[in-house]
Amino acid sequence: MGSRVFILLAIAVGAAVFALSRLVHNEYFFFAGYVVLQYVVLATAWNILGGYTGYVNFGTAAFFALGAYSSVALYKLVALPLPVLMVIGGAISGLVGLGTGYLTLRLRGVYFAIATLALAIVVQTLIVNWDFVGGSRGAYIMRPQQVPIVGNYIEYLFLIMLALAVLALATARAVERSRLGYGFSAIRDDEVAAEAFGVPTLRLKLLATTLSGAFMGMAGAPLPYYVTYLDPASGFSLAYAVNAVAMPLVGGTTSWLGPLIGALLLGTVQQVATVTISSAANLLIVGLLLVGFVIAAPDGIVGLIEKHWRARRA
Amino acid sequence: MSFPFELLVNAAISGLLLGGFYAAVTAGVSISFGMLDIVNIAHPAFIILGSYIVYIVNGSLGIDPLLTSVIMAPAFYFLGAVIYQVYYLSFEKRGQESLRGLAFFFGLLFITEVALVLVFGVDYRYVEASYIGPSLHLGFAVVPLRMLVPCAVALALLGALQLFLEKSFAGRAILAVSQDALALQLMAVRPSRIKRLAFGISIATAGVAGALLIVIQPVEPSIGRDYIGRVFAICVLGGMGSLPGALLAAMLLGIVESITSTFYGPSWSPAIAFGFLLVTLAVRPMGLMGR
Repeated sequence: MGSRVFILLAIAVGAAVFALSRLVHNEYFFFAGYVVLQYVVLATAWNILGGYTGYVNFGTAAFFALGAYSSVALYKLVALPLPVLMVIGGAISGLVGLGTGYLTLRLRGVYFAIATLALAIVVQTLIVNWDFVGGSRGAYIMRPQQVPIVGNYIEYLFLIMLALAVLALATARAVERSRLGYGFSAIRDDEVAAEAFGVPTLRLKLLATTLSGAFMGMAGAPLPYYVTYLDPASGFSLAYAVNAVAMPLVGGTTSWLGPLIGALLLGTVQQVATVTISSAANLLIVGLLLVGFVIAAPDGIVGLIEKHWRARRA
Repeated sequence: MSFPFELLVNAAISGLLLGGFYAAVTAGVSISFGMLDIVNIAHPAFIILGSYIVYIVNGSLGIDPLLTSVIMAPAFYFLGAVIYQVYYLSFEKRGQESLRGLAFFFGLLFITEVALVLVFGVDYRYVEASYIGPSLHLGFAVVPLRMLVPCAVALALLGALQLFLEKSFAGRAILAVSQDALALQLMAVRPSRIKRLAFGISIATAGVAGALLIVIQPVEPSIGRDYIGRVFAICVLGGMGSLPGALLAAMLLGIVESITSTFYGPSWSPAIAFGFLLVTLAVRPMGLMGR
């Protein structure tokens, strides 16, 4: 299947999801659906770097919150439509990804992982000390009640996140099947050998960090409008970092399908568990699933299914 | 206003003491990451776990925090050995330590933190001991015992570790693994066995560091994350597997952090460690005392 066909198909599936969702007259569905879709974007973005090139990013929360806080800052300055905010948030997070990558990616991969862990703490420190966006007190956002054509604002947010998820998945799949994707997997399998065969490894890695960071920022940009009150503790919640790592690893990291499956599954489980058990307990479930899968099923759910098929055919 | 000299001296002293403590926190990472090449990002979580165990023992039995840390060290050693065994069988043996091994430790970090939140909540916990309140006054310099005692214990811990590594057979075997694991295999030694021993020791030091931490300041589950940037910055700056290097780097970071927090406010100090780490990685990735 060509990339164009896939994009059309993805858009068609997205449109069908949205059309079906209009039949639901429960607002909670949109609130929960928004969060799950946001995780689809985060998991897919994480996987572009982590799954394809093998470089682990623990700082998803930093990139995500940068997008969210760029929206807060812009909200205080000028009135801009949400898609524009998302482009700006994505650009800022992408640049931060590029900068972090540039400083650390020339060294061994673990330094990048450690730097991203620390990055989350530093960006949070900066935001806490920046009074313009509310500092540690947090910031309030007034969102409009209605949006032309779509109607209810939460449905509008849902639609936007759905569109972003389609875009992220289409991008991930296009990358996967392009020369770029082959370069990425060469880096993952053996970086020294790839370099020796003339793969421009540093440039490819920087491209992957930028792309991955940009999608995380774009996913974060609408957050202030979703929560209407944003403080550093919730914007930088460890849940984003853990889920962004856990979802692709549980789903499977080698293709675009893995993060999608992982995000839909874990995202839905968490939405249900938050309502029925408690929000701390559902994070424990995610942590245990992550550790369980990396030990017992290193190729995730997609890997398990493929193995099952191969066994049946043989 | 004249230059606050006394303030600067006091900040430097407390930074030096803080640095000693940071060295104890980093010692375990210097062993696991620096020598064994195991990127144990969950190390700070084990430190917090140690703090909570000390808190329980101190609260219910009234045993001194530092004595508790010595008593529980074997348990932490055992925990470390078990974790290494799982890590070895699941990742190192299959050559998957880079992506999945990292995710494994990240999961451990996260599980420990969430479990502590579920059991103890997010309130700050503290311990009681005779040396927590008073301070020494030397001229205008004030030295709180709450900082001095952990620093002394940390220095003793580092000294003992260094002696163990240089003089004992097992210690030299650990250094040998860090230098060339393949050569060791050719000498009919199983590197994984020595690595298990070393990783156990590294987690045992986390227990001791946890006791020191809760003596220095009240503890809540998520503060471990603040230490991730610090320990790896110190470990890299100190030259990976070098304990004296780690001590030097820890003192440097402690002083810089303490002075920043005295003059600009404590809310900025977490950013210092990261700045340290980034500058180190960009300018001198082999560290201060690296080869």
